[in-house]
Amino acid sequence: MKYKGRAYKFGNNINTDDIIPAKYLNTKDPQELGRHCLEHADRNFVKKVENGDIIVAGKNFGCGSSREHAPIAIKACGVSCVIAESFARIFYRNAINIGLPIVDSEEAAKNIKLKNLVEVDTKRGIIKNLSKKKEFETEPYPPFIQKIIKKGGLMSYVRR
Amino acid sequence: MSRIQVLLMGYTITEKILRSHIKKKSIKPGDFINAKIDFCLGNDVTAPIAIEEFEKTSAKKVFDKSRIALIPDHFTPAKDMKSANNARMLYEFSKKHDIEHYYEVGRMGIEHALLPELGLVLPGNLVIGADSHTCTYGALGCFSCGVGSTDLAAAFIRGECWFKVPETIKFVYRGKLKKWVSGKDLMLYTIGDIGVDGALYKAMEFRGEAIKALPMDDRFSMCNMAIEAGAKSGIMEPDKTTISYVKQAIRKNKPKRKSFKIYKSDKDAEYAAVKEYDVSKIEPQISLPHLPSNTKPVNRVKNVAIDQVVIGSCTNGRISDLEIAAKILKGKKVKHGVRLIVIPATQAIYSEAVEEGYAKTFVEAGGVFSTPSCGPCLGGHLGILAEGEKCVATTNRNFVGRMGHPKSEVYLASPAVAAASAVRGRIAHPKEVA
Repeated sequence: MKYKGRAYKFGNNINTDDIIPAKYLNTKDPQELGRHCLEHADRNFVKKVENGDIIVAGKNFGCGSSREHAPIAIKACGVSCVIAESFARIFYRNAINIGLPIVDSEEAAKNIKLKNLVEVDTKRGIIKNLSKKKEFETEPYPPFIQKIIKKGGLMSYVRR
Repeated sequence: MSRIQVLLMGYTITEKILRSHIKKKSIKPGDFINAKIDFCLGNDVTAPIAIEEFEKTSAKKVFDKSRIALIPDHFTPAKDMKSANNARMLYEFSKKHDIEHYYEVGRMGIEHALLPELGLVLPGNLVIGADSHTCTYGALGCFSCGVGSTDLAAAFIRGECWFKVPETIKFVYRGKLKKWVSGKDLMLYTIGDIGVDGALYKAMEFRGEAIKALPMDDRFSMCNMAIEAGAKSGIMEPDKTTISYVKQAIRKNKPKRKSFKIYKSDKDAEYAAVKEYDVSKIEPQISLPHLPSNTKPVNRVKNVAIDQVVIGSCTNGRISDLEIAAKILKGKKVKHGVRLIVIPATQAIYSEAVEEGYAKTFVEAGGVFSTPSCGPCLGGHLGILAEGEKCVATTNRNFVGRMGHPKSEVYLASPAVAAASAVRGRIAHPKEVA
């Protein structure tokens, strides 16, 4: 799969309270969660983000709680893919399980700047910074995870 | 690495437990496995999504109604209508599927204090929970880790979960603790040392004479915060203290599953890294906003006036936590202008704190003694901070806006430091008031 969009930059240790504050966890409605996506990190993010845009962040993205509301909120506000230097582990599995594409690449995350046009090919593990005409290779997903993605998420995988 | 090498290599306690839950004979870090789980749990925040996912499938029943716990503990007693509806979903699902371990308000407790107390999670078990602090049970010598709601839904159906076998970092704590230093302080110190992603994807194995000398409550609070270093799990080898705790829990609550298995790391087990600490040099710690790794010795933090103190949570809401806070507060008053909120983690802890007179001490000091709930720890309810307010909390996270307004601040500390700070109205070392 290929995803193309403008980059929004975030720093290190963006935690799940930054992504979706706990006061909104009394709902599981993706649209409502999406309206508050990342408001503790950037109050105006939801106003600025456009469909297909890509989040580019530093180390340990998604650290903190296990709330699946976090990747749900990111997906619901229109973000197509998240690139980070590294991901926190529960966020990583939640994203895979619900079908939010995520890719880790320290090199790409450092090179890409705000509003750069970025293309991610998750199958081949290629990230292109089209604004700077730079290309980065990342490790493709391990075969086990590719199987989950191919099935369309964990629930379809376990009902095989 | 060749197959022969892998078979001959020693195993860590974590690898042994994972290996005992799969069909394969050998295991190594990096392997992807589907492992059988002994127990799983969800709460009023995470289980509603799991239930919805479960119901979207054609599954008719859960894999085992005795191995699932549904505990409405985050926004309960329900803080608003939406939360009430979510909690209701847990009740309805439990009724429909005859789930044996559903705990209503009045019998409920914070999940990570309640399950060990009831003897539902045991040494050698593999436990998953749709809550990041599920790593708490590692203190019992079991492998337990937080997962997401969809993982929980899949576990409801198949009784298994996928894992990447983690590498282990060994943490060795030598020496004797100074007065006023607790397991919480050791953990804050450790996270301060390695950082919030210092153990990313890895298992933290805590060992050494200082760990052996710790009571269970302190061990739980250490393993509880393994996630705050990015770890998949925290674990300690069971010893006499663990076994007597587990046997007492089984005797009292008579769970269905009573047998357990003790695993220990082999001498030649492989570790990704080894960290050693001399605990006699560690002072009571405090984590400054806005990361748990921003730790400093309390006596080096001067003149930080506070508005609120919270003593409770899955990290430090157990009876010995309330006991030390009560001892410090006995006969003293909470500083005028400061709110003290004490939240026992379970009904049993609540009762014991009443019997022992701790509840009275808190109330007489000018604090409140609440019903069990995660409450303010995650900024849910029962003590949300206003703009600019500062709070010393025995909880586990001090991220921006964690307990309320994005411009409020949370300082993480032990119950002793929290109680002393409540009396002084500023961050204080327990020796200042004791």
